[in-house]
Amino acid sequence: MIATRESYGKALAELEEKNKNIVVLDADLSSATKTKEFATKFPDKFINLGIAEQDMMATAAGLATCGKIPFASTFAVFATGRAYDQIRNSICYPNLNVKIAATHAGITVGEDGATHQALEDINIVKALPNMTVLCPCDDISTKWAIKKASEINGPVYIRLTRPKVENVYDENEIFELDKAKVIGDGGDIAFITNGITMHECIKAKDILKEKGINARIVDLHTIKPVDKQTIIETAKQVKHIITVEDHNIIGGIGSIVADVLAEEYPTKIYKIGINDEFGKSGKWNELLTYYGLDGNSIANKAMEIIRK
Amino acid sequence: MEYSYNDLKKIANECRKNILEQVYLASSGHIGGSLSCIDILVTIYFKHANIDINNPKWEDRDRVILSKGHCSPAFYAVLAEKGFIDKEILKTFRKLDSILQGHPDMKNIPGVDMSSGSLGQGLSVANGMAIAGKMDKKNYKVYCILGDGEVQEGQIWEAAMTAAHYKLNNVIAFLDYNNLQIDGKVEDVMNIADIADKFKAFNFNVIEIDGHDFEQIDKAIIKAKEEKEKPSIIIAKTIKGKGISFMEDVAKWHGEAPKEEDYKIAKSELEIGGVI
Repeated sequence: MIATRESYGKALAELEEKNKNIVVLDADLSSATKTKEFATKFPDKFINLGIAEQDMMATAAGLATCGKIPFASTFAVFATGRAYDQIRNSICYPNLNVKIAATHAGITVGEDGATHQALEDINIVKALPNMTVLCPCDDISTKWAIKKASEINGPVYIRLTRPKVENVYDENEIFELDKAKVIGDGGDIAFITNGITMHECIKAKDILKEKGINARIVDLHTIKPVDKQTIIETAKQVKHIITVEDHNIIGGIGSIVADVLAEEYPTKIYKIGINDEFGKSGKWNELLTYYGLDGNSIANKAMEIIRK
Repeated sequence: MEYSYNDLKKIANECRKNILEQVYLASSGHIGGSLSCIDILVTIYFKHANIDINNPKWEDRDRVILSKGHCSPAFYAVLAEKGFIDKEILKTFRKLDSILQGHPDMKNIPGVDMSSGSLGQGLSVANGMAIAGKMDKKNYKVYCILGDGEVQEGQIWEAAMTAAHYKLNNVIAFLDYNNLQIDGKVEDVMNIADIADKFKAFNFNVIEIDGHDFEQIDKAIIKAKEEKEKPSIIIAKTIKGKGISFMEDVAKWHGEAPKEEDYKIAKSELEIGGVI
């Protein structure tokens, strides 16, 4: 079991060997964002800006203009909240090659509570032109996401999380930027999700199977550009669609799926996520249950919808 | 070619005419602060900046960031005078489909090293460029022009800490200290005094000059280039609207474009100013 933030830290160190232009920036959170491993191995390529996220993002922009590939890391809430204007005006507008690895996204931050739980970050970054938005769910997909981010010439936001998780994919899995992953071929229910809630949807799928309900899971590891085709095909092939996210249901992947389907193939969807409220302290798995985002709650919601 | 201070004065006067022209034709733009920082920009571009107009993205070039991006008319006038852009293009400033956006856009204007406009970000960007230079063992300098109102932004002080912490002696910042911002005198809106002491406390090499005296600007840059440890800030006392009598030291000309009558008077003043 390994958290996606840890996979990120390990991926960075490996990436440096392939691309000498990689540099890493942090804002006094390197032991939490896991950039410390890189910092220890490559001290000359690590820049700690102290608790100054705005300075960090604009410094990263300056580095990018000189051919560096900066990965700037902090918690998702500070990356998108504190440094929004720097990301907008100094990174996205000039389309600079800055990677923002935002860790500790969502309520699964846990005990730190509402001030540290980014529930609107996807909504913020997806609205910025030039930005690519990734949200991997396990070690394998995170390593792919970090490598892919380094290959894209432009800003990339990578949403990462705190809890340790099992691998969903095996080592040989091949990912494509504009292609969502589909797990299973059940025709009763499709869960469209990504990141940490992938694991809960897998549990829900197993619970439903015992009850004779066949589900499939669509992993939107790439939030922008989104794979419209898979979303539309899913709507055509499956009876009910539920989006599941550790994010406000306003502006997250539920909204993205609704946007795609409203234009291309009008379909009723159900959204499971944080219902426009702030998070709170607690253990991360307790919080998932509290907000109806654990496997059991998701399965119950699915059965409720099917019975309607 | 070596430019004398008198040459710089003539070039700056040409630039002032172009600033006036741009803002007049666009019926918008920031003339006051453009006129206060133009002598600094001219000295950087014509006496110090190691750049190649035929290769604007040359890796070893000195970088220039206009952090107070609203003074783009000054920036564009210098870039045109230097030959990065055609002077004819200046007439399209702020117009639909012009490369000369209201605030500098690095993607479309040759010679612009960084887009700017949202205040307070340029010094951090300069630090990033300076760190990259040190990583790659390059000798280029990074010039960054800050406004006096701009240093009210907290990020400037985050960046000041960073520049000193990482000993970025390749950063040469200018403070265009004209003492006026949109809402009035800087000291009335939000006093930044004593700004020299503040930067000294942040461990900067602080140089104070008259920002309209070419010899002082030139010598300050030479001194800043020689600095071995600290980032430099050249605090340049300037006059907002400098060169056009009725605009000098008047806050209203921060962001107001002259009407025809005022334009004619201003133009005739600069025509006389051109004959030295």
